[in-house]
Amino acid sequence: MTDYIKHHLVHLQWKLGDHPFMTVHVDSVFFKFLAALVFLFVFIRVARKSTSGVPGKLQCAIEMIVEFVDGLVKETFHGHSKLIAPLAITIFGLVFLMNFMDMIPVDWLPASAHAAGVEYLRVVPTADLNTTIGMALCVFLLIQYFGIKHKGVGGFFKEFVTAPFGPMGAPANLLLRLIEEAVRPLSLSLRLFGNMYAGELIFILIAVMTLGATLDALSTYIMAPMQFIAGFVWTAFHILVITLQAFIFMMLTIVYLSMAAEHH
Amino acid sequence: MNINVTLVIQGLAFFAVAWLVMKFGWPHIIGAIEERQKKIGDGLAAAEEGKRALASASSQQDQVLREARAEASGIRDRAEKEYGQIVEKAKTDAIAEGNRQKAVAVAEIETEAHRAREALRTQVAELAVKGAEKLIRKEIDAAAHKALLDDLIAEIAR
Repeated sequence: MTDYIKHHLVHLQWKLGDHPFMTVHVDSVFFKFLAALVFLFVFIRVARKSTSGVPGKLQCAIEMIVEFVDGLVKETFHGHSKLIAPLAITIFGLVFLMNFMDMIPVDWLPASAHAAGVEYLRVVPTADLNTTIGMALCVFLLIQYFGIKHKGVGGFFKEFVTAPFGPMGAPANLLLRLIEEAVRPLSLSLRLFGNMYAGELIFILIAVMTLGATLDALSTYIMAPMQFIAGFVWTAFHILVITLQAFIFMMLTIVYLSMAAEHH
Repeated sequence: MNINVTLVIQGLAFFAVAWLVMKFGWPHIIGAIEERQKKIGDGLAAAEEGKRALASASSQQDQVLREARAEASGIRDRAEKEYGQIVEKAKTDAIAEGNRQKAVAVAEIETEAHRAREALRTQVAELAVKGAEKLIRKEIDAAAHKALLDDLIAEIAR
């Protein structure tokens, strides 16, 4: 049983060098690229064919999301930015699609891959800390870029030592600011990772309920219905979780970028 | 949980997707939405304008109708008055003509009667003359003649 769980938590890896850092999680990268392709294919195709006349059903659906995100950005960010809204919808779409991999029964893809000769496979890229940290770092860089762009280099660095306690509290200001900046990408990435990792783990534990079960054992007939109910309930609940997590990541990014553009 | 180079790849991929969306996706869709919003706004304004034009045309139509009705009723009044006058005049004319013709007829009748009487008188005179002649020519007994003469006289007197 522990072997089963452990096996489920190992990434398909590709070593680029001797250093542990030089390892690629091929499965995370692959499924993220898959999500990106699906997202781009649908979104760009709709955008290309988008008409201001009577829209098709797909265009309507995409437009609803676009308008929703656009409304959120306009509410939060008081200024004009060509970047925030597309970034926000990219985050929402990508994170949602990656999270959605969790909806596929937990053994299907790994077992199929195993049959095809791939030993390890984890299908939820957001349950890999590397994915969430990678995205959070991008957001972090954008926050700094936005700060410099809207306040100028001087204003940006001046704020490091003057806000929020004024010039007299410069060391405290700097310390607070550094913590604040460090905490943002950390909380962004860890929140998403934690939720998805836990969700995946619970799916694995539900799968374990009938691991190695045989038809002549009584426990099988007790555990199987329980497994069905537990799997159903957790999957239904998880639909909320994956949407909510995608939304939170997007919303916090919008808020952070807006804050970075505003003067303190 | 090992942090490794995967995070760089994931970050770059994320950036790339965001850039593509920003470049080729978002502007088209938001543009279409805004254009449609403008179209709908224009359409609503046009509809409002049309409604206003319709109301004004309808009130104008009412005005024209009212004027036409007033004019028609004026014409009818005038026609009725004229008609009454014509009838009245015809009546008086007819009565006058009747009276005139009656007078003419009466005069004619009188003339005729007068002439007839004159003719009768002449004939009576001739008859008398003829009777006298006969009396004179044949001397007949008075008694026999008296009856004859009486008859004659009665005839004339009638």
